[in-house]
Amino acid sequence: MSLILLAEQVLNGLQFGIMLFLMAAGLTLIFGVMGLINLAHGSLYMVGAFCAAAVAGATGSFALGLAAALAGAAAAGALIELLVIRRLYNRDHLDQVLATFALILIFSEGTRWLFGSFPLYLEVPGALAGPVALPFGIQYPAYRLALIAIGLIVAAGLFWLIARTRLGIRIRAGENDREMVAALGVDIDRLYTVVFALGAALAGLAGALVGAIQSVQVGMGEPVLILAFVVIVIGGIGSIKGALVGALLVGLTDTLGSVFLPALFKLFMQPAAATQTGASLASMSIYILMAMVLIWKPTGLYGART
Amino acid sequence: MNREALINAALLLGLIAVPAWAVIADEPFTITLATRAVILALAAVGLNIALGIGGLVSLGHAVFFGIGGYSMGILAYHAQNYTPLTDWPFTIQGTRSMPVIWLVATLTSAFAALVIGLLSLRTSGVYFIMITLAFGQMFYFFSISWSAYGGEDGMSIYVRNGFPGLNTLVPIQFYGLCLGLLCLVLALNALLIRSPFGLALNAARQVPERVRAVGLDPFRLRLVAFTLSGAITGLAGALFADLNRFVSPTMFSWQLSGEIIVFIIIGGTARLFGPVAGAALFVALEHWLGGLSDYWHVFLGLLLLLIVLFAKGGLIGLLAGRSKAHD
Repeated sequence: MSLILLAEQVLNGLQFGIMLFLMAAGLTLIFGVMGLINLAHGSLYMVGAFCAAAVAGATGSFALGLAAALAGAAAAGALIELLVIRRLYNRDHLDQVLATFALILIFSEGTRWLFGSFPLYLEVPGALAGPVALPFGIQYPAYRLALIAIGLIVAAGLFWLIARTRLGIRIRAGENDREMVAALGVDIDRLYTVVFALGAALAGLAGALVGAIQSVQVGMGEPVLILAFVVIVIGGIGSIKGALVGALLVGLTDTLGSVFLPALFKLFMQPAAATQTGASLASMSIYILMAMVLIWKPTGLYGART
Repeated sequence: MNREALINAALLLGLIAVPAWAVIADEPFTITLATRAVILALAAVGLNIALGIGGLVSLGHAVFFGIGGYSMGILAYHAQNYTPLTDWPFTIQGTRSMPVIWLVATLTSAFAALVIGLLSLRTSGVYFIMITLAFGQMFYFFSISWSAYGGEDGMSIYVRNGFPGLNTLVPIQFYGLCLGLLCLVLALNALLIRSPFGLALNAARQVPERVRAVGLDPFRLRLVAFTLSGAITGLAGALFADLNRFVSPTMFSWQLSGEIIVFIIIGGTARLFGPVAGAALFVALEHWLGGLSDYWHVFLGLLLLLIVLFAKGGLIGLLAGRSKAHD
């Protein structure tokens, strides 16, 4: 097992983790501020990817595709907030799970209706197509490095938004006491729509960015959605910091586990059995991680709310 | 008899009349559809003990459905190939006998529910929903990578398992078995709701502090309910595997867990026959809407959305005309 392979896998894990953070940040923000479980968040990721693939395919510009993904996902988010989600804030979690599960059905089949069952492809922009030489002789795809950079910039921007801006103050205040904020003259309904659209835009951005590595297809949002839930539950629901730590933990565990667990088992097992055991343990590893964190701390690493 | 009891009786009558008509009209496919509805109803009746009475929203009940399915699959697979399940510490052979398979499916899924419940019930609310989802995913991915039993492709069992004195390959006879089990479980469920345990569990959902104050342990009540609930859903899984003569990781998928919840909600939460009405309506919609459009999930989604937003009591609540049982 060479050091270069290890470094590459750590970078892969980091990139995966940061993309998960973009998903998880929106989820946790929406849960923290509005107390809402949104299973349809994965659909917004899919909407972002489809908007990007459709626009980039038509215009040939990746940047326009990204802009379309942000706008499309934010618009879809604002629309479902106004039509559906708004009625769910005061309901119990069961109703929220069901109504947003229904939204998944509508979004998935609606997209299949519009675009057909075949996957779309989103090209990596030409300038980022090749590898980059890093210190110690590591060759790493430029596009994946760019994903890490974009993710980090967005994460920093989000922390700044929450901690330093007027909107952030309102969001944090809305988390604590909705009635008081409304009494102070903040239009709480509009605030909720904005937060929801912001979360949706983050999911759409993640979908568009990852869409250039994987294929863009119906149902692509669900696996990521489940991982994002794992992330926010590990981090503690409602905490952006928890989402970042949880996302990196999950990204690294998943990527490193699938590479190194089979190798680890080969040290003391038959190769075929080791590959088998290692692979199955690796695919379960993040769920085992989550169960262990919850058994140890039932409200997650940084969570306070139940 | 109040209106809900009348509706329940009508549902039961329908479960007997529709297949009886199908036998006379020689429509075996309708019997298969009815069998599917009855088995899914059984799974949902199981979940309803935890969700309806206990207030435990488990988004991982497909775990038990899948364990039941794989219990059947593994036992029948070894019987099919004449290989023992294990040689150590003593030889265990596969079997094709339904009663044995049902017993194994019920016990293994009860045991899994006990362990998962012990770990998950330490959390509550959203965390409970999410940790049960995580356990579901664990089993899903495990079954995908478990190549000894088909891995991602699942495994086929070529001949339906046997029940003493019946020919289970005749659709109506297998249907009779499934309906019999459903009625048995419904009867047990009706007793359970009125029993001191059922009342305490209901109270623990509403005001856990008071339950604790009178000296009962909500954790233990919920654990028993979760275990019972898992066992019944596991039994349904074994029947479902026998209906399709096929077992695959999709039996563990979280979409299936979601659908089992959907049955309960569209039927009516915490009502005895709610899951039955819901599963029957779902299977009927799947069949009719599926025949009308390839994209029938859009309509199913819209319908579900309307029910959640505007008709909280579900189908039975709508027909019985007054809300009951759940707040």
